[in-house]
Amino acid sequence: MRFYESEAKQLLEKHGIGVPPRVVAKTPSEAEKAASELGGSVVLKAQVLFPGSDKAATTKTADNPAGAKAAAEELLGRKFGGHAARAVLVEKKLASAKVFCVRATYDGIAKKPALIASDLGGTDLDDLADEQPDHVKRRHLSALLPPSTYRSKELAKDLGLTGSALNRMTGVVHRLAGILLDYDLTVVEVNSLAMTEDGKLIALDCHMDMEIEGRARQGKILAELGVDESEARLPREPTEFDLAGAKIDHDDPRGVAGPIVEFGGNIGLVIGAGGGSLTTFDAVKKRGGDPANYAAIGGNPSVKKCQALTKLVLGKEGVEKIAVISNVVSNTRADLLARGVIKGVIELGLEPSEVITIFRAPGAWEADAFKILKKYGVEFCDRSVSISEAAKRAVEKIGR
Amino acid sequence: MAMFIRVDVDAGVVKKTAGLAKKLIEICPVKIFGPGADADSVEVVEDNVDECTLCDLCTKASPDGVKVVKLYEE
Ligand code: SF4
Repeated sequence: MRFYESEAKQLLEKHGIGVPPRVVAKTPSEAEKAASELGGSVVLKAQVLFPGSDKAATTKTADNPAGAKAAAEELLGRKFGGHAARAVLVEKKLASAKVFCVRATYDGIAKKPALIASDLGGTDLDDLADEQPDHVKRRHLSALLPPSTYRSKELAKDLGLTGSALNRMTGVVHRLAGILLDYDLTVVEVNSLAMTEDGKLIALDCHMDMEIEGRARQGKILAELGVDESEARLPREPTEFDLAGAKIDHDDPRGVAGPIVEFGGNIGLVIGAGGGSLTTFDAVKKRGGDPANYAAIGGNPSVKKCQALTKLVLGKEGVEKIAVISNVVSNTRADLLARGVIKGVIELGLEPSEVITIFRAPGAWEADAFKILKKYGVEFCDRSVSISEAAKRAVEKIGR
Repeated sequence: MAMFIRVDVDAGVVKKTAGLAKKLIEICPVKIFGPGADADSVEVVEDNVDECTLCDLCTKASPDGVKVVKLYEE
């Protein structure tokens, strides 16, 4: 879930990180007024969550209020990556002696929070890591303990800073680490962290994403930032399929169905939630399959819920067959899942043995699940068959 | 129509066992027993029967009055 830059900067400011004086303008006249109040040259940024390749065009500068009004007119009058700007962030243009870049995020390979920084700010950090790796420094944080100032200081030192600059950078890096962890963010990045002539550090931009699952815990800060509960803030608008999946989950509180996301392929997936769903999705792709959806279930959903989900997945145009695959689970009953999936298939007038390519849901009550599947002629397997092998069998049945 | 489970209730046993109807309605975790025509009877809620968790609470409450059948074993 993404934040607008104006919101991200509000959060930085709340935690004592310097940001430029700024005003959020909803109309060109408001932008003109804001520029007049801020004085001097201003930077105008279209507030768009997913501008795609139009990102560079979202920013303009103006030297006076009339120029700001004209720039805002332009920014509010066009679309970026298919999305209109919801407002324009008008900021005082600041001079900087040097620009750094700092990102706090998770390292999926090390399975730890990570701090990444460069003394060549203003450039894409990932590009820098490829092209000038010597200028990209990293430190990992403990996944269990609160972030340590020591790690932040090590990183700041790696950037070649000393004295008060070192201390100031340490403070900013440490605060960013805290913001990442406290607010369930997946990333917080200041790509242009400017050091002014008098040595202050100012975040000229900020990119911030929150874990979708974190939303329920972060109601207070979301309300403070004015993020409405109805705003999905995802890279694309939810489709009818996505919404139908969310409704199935909402209408029956037993177990979890979700996330349920639509893709363009031909193999429907009813898969175990958590890490198992990602593993299965990747396994299907790796085996040459083309998933039509990503429908994760867990927490012992009811038979009716599994049935409704199966019908949703199979009812999607272009879906010919489904695969039911999960990791070993003790909290979801395989027999109830088997009942629901078979009921859903039969209710659509289809034959379970033809439509369900494979059923691999090892765990609680699997012996009963196997009896059910056997009765309906559905291919099943236990935990001795890996997720990868189950995915291979499913893809082979449907054809690549 | 239930496809996997059948719940048989002996109405006579339920009627003559004091409080059994109320108990069955209360204990089933997936609401398979609903109130019957009078206070001493239950009705099987057909729409919920396939949700049966095979917990045996009903059969333990009345071994003679309730039978839960796994149709996939027949
Ligand atoms: S076995 Fe449990 S779930 Fe099934 S009918 Fe009896 S009480 Fe309800």
